[in-house]
Amino acid sequence: MTILNLPPAAEPNSRGVVHLRVLSEKGEPLPGAVLPDLSPEKWLSIYRGMVLTRVLDGKMLILQRQGRIGFVGTATGLEAAVIASGAAFEPQDWIFPALREGGVAVYRGMPLVEYVGQMFLNCHDTSKGRQMNNHFQHRGSHFVSWSSCIGTQLPQAVGAAYAAQIRSQGTVMCGYLGDGATSSPEFHAAATFAGVWKAPVVFVCIDNGWAISVPSSAQSASRSFGSKAEAYGFPGVDVDGNDAAAVYRETRAAVDRARAGGGPSLVALKSYRILGHSSSDDPTRYRDPSEVEAWKAADPIDRLGAFLERKGWLHADAAMRLRESLEAEVDRAIDEAAAAPKLPLRALVDDVYARVTPRLVAQHDELVRVLDRFGDPTAAEGRFPL
Amino acid sequence: MPKLTIIAAVNNAIATAMRNDPRVVVFGEDVGKKGGVFGATDKIQAEFGEARCFDTPLSEDGIVGTAIGMALNGLRPIAEIQFQDFIYPAFDQIVSELAKMRYRSGGQYACPVVVRTPYGGGIRGGLYHSQSAEAYFTHTPGLVTVIPSTPYDTKGLLLSALQGEDPVIFFEPKRIYRDPALAEEVPEGMYTVPIGKARLAREGSHISVFCYGAMVPVCLQAAEQAEAKGISLEVLDLRTLCPLDEAAVLASVRKTGRAIVVHEAPKFCGYGAEISALIAEEAVDSLEAPIVRVAGFDTPFPNALENYYMPDARRVMDAVDRVMSF
Repeated sequence: MTILNLPPAAEPNSRGVVHLRVLSEKGEPLPGAVLPDLSPEKWLSIYRGMVLTRVLDGKMLILQRQGRIGFVGTATGLEAAVIASGAAFEPQDWIFPALREGGVAVYRGMPLVEYVGQMFLNCHDTSKGRQMNNHFQHRGSHFVSWSSCIGTQLPQAVGAAYAAQIRSQGTVMCGYLGDGATSSPEFHAAATFAGVWKAPVVFVCIDNGWAISVPSSAQSASRSFGSKAEAYGFPGVDVDGNDAAAVYRETRAAVDRARAGGGPSLVALKSYRILGHSSSDDPTRYRDPSEVEAWKAADPIDRLGAFLERKGWLHADAAMRLRESLEAEVDRAIDEAAAAPKLPLRALVDDVYARVTPRLVAQHDELVRVLDRFGDPTAAEGRFPL
Repeated sequence: MPKLTIIAAVNNAIATAMRNDPRVVVFGEDVGKKGGVFGATDKIQAEFGEARCFDTPLSEDGIVGTAIGMALNGLRPIAEIQFQDFIYPAFDQIVSELAKMRYRSGGQYACPVVVRTPYGGGIRGGLYHSQSAEAYFTHTPGLVTVIPSTPYDTKGLLLSALQGEDPVIFFEPKRIYRDPALAEEVPEGMYTVPIGKARLAREGSHISVFCYGAMVPVCLQAAEQAEAKGISLEVLDLRTLCPLDEAAVLASVRKTGRAIVVHEAPKFCGYGAEISALIAEEAVDSLEAPIVRVAGFDTPFPNALENYYMPDARRVMDAVDRVMSF
């Protein structure tokens, strides 16, 4: 029998877990629930970040289908988990992301043209076209480079937190991970070290239901992802990840505790990857469409939007205008990014070491010679400019 | 100047670096109160405190992973891996992260971490306390790989590594850590030995012998024996495997016309293959005889028979005779 992976409800799930919620599916504050104390502007910035993430995903998928970019890993359906958690960190804090947190980089100040440039792998890509698409970084807002390896960023976040501690920076590190990454040795190492060091780090686990085709129920026999923290000696919570208010409140509590010297936390956000693992994946091969429909009905943007409308902070027409203006903004970034020059050949050999070694210069020059001999437009760049 | 062994030079280098640069921290398994299983961090915690010299949980991927994070956030970490044989849990962090951070981030992020680890056989440590796995690391662009063979070079190269901007895997020849015959005067305070430069350990004219780490004393012993037979060996201590001092290798082989490479790692796809290929590609016209490799067997590292596994002066001398009689 297939156990459907359904949105959190008021009743305990099959493992006896209730996910913390603040807002109902219709965006009403639940009786007795404590709302995070945020200004209307902050609420609207979170909402804007969520809509922008949805818009970016949609536009990037179109580019992918047009064959203009290679790969997209969306956050569609995860916008509350991604943006409301990212918004709980301060600008001086560092984010060690996983695949789907690019929206947090944009929320923190990554220019859209760099975001789109990363997708085009051209001169606007600060990683110089080396990473696969959808691997964002933005040093200016402390959004650290991620590899594609699962969980490797987590001990790095802990090490950065240790450095913050002994340098008295007051900085908190965020380590994002998915449900699958909780099975990685690096999660275990990171949680172990963070617990022993009482490091100022918050692990934000976005359980999106699937590690490619393996359901999160098959990823662990733990009672819940949040409950894993107990074994490492720090607090963990399980939160309805489609409830932006609950996501923000619980992440912020963890950030505040870390900054005050209270050590690490694990915030596990239950959400759902509405689309495939990536633009190369066909999820209909391994999951029941009825669960996708159930999660679509629990849309996090609609839920926060309803709350804001109820509060009188966002009217339906303003929401529509916001979406249109964000679409136009992304379109402009796409036009600008698409027009950027291709990367020079020397991007092949730069940045392996702090200084390009003579051996790499020779390899570069040999390539130029071969291209020159057999013909290639890039050969016109000539010898290595040292 | 005090006379130091290699392990004392490691300890002295760490203390010197920590006195000169408050960003330097050293950590790993048993490095704190105990001062490391070989004593590399002896008395370091007492002098510099627990925030800068500390024990970690028993997890090599945690050690290297956190070292990367520390380096990203402005520290200069020295991560000790207790035995090179235990580095494999950290292989993902070293190969996927440490080596590639600068490249994959387009130079936005760098992690100048020094990973120190004792390598090699000769201590009756069996399969898992004896390995010589430098080739895994030299095959990974982005890493600097260093293997010293003398106390002076050990300190100078470790201090160079800690001043550099690139990640360094620093292999220490544990068999000769405490060899009193190798003890030598080592300056107090700061000095550096450049990374990427080989050292002419013995000048000679008939055969170039390329070696590093614990094989250097073996090759020098062979050179003495060869001398008695009227054969002059030039012994080049490579010191840095990556970046390799190609110019020194080629200059030597062009002078002597003969080459032997000695290492204790398995022969197949070992580092000697790279040296041989370099000579074949760049200096084949200088060769008077085939290049010969003297190496560990293509087996896991043994225990009771380890002295037969590791090249010794007899096996080097046999190679000398083969090369000279070609």
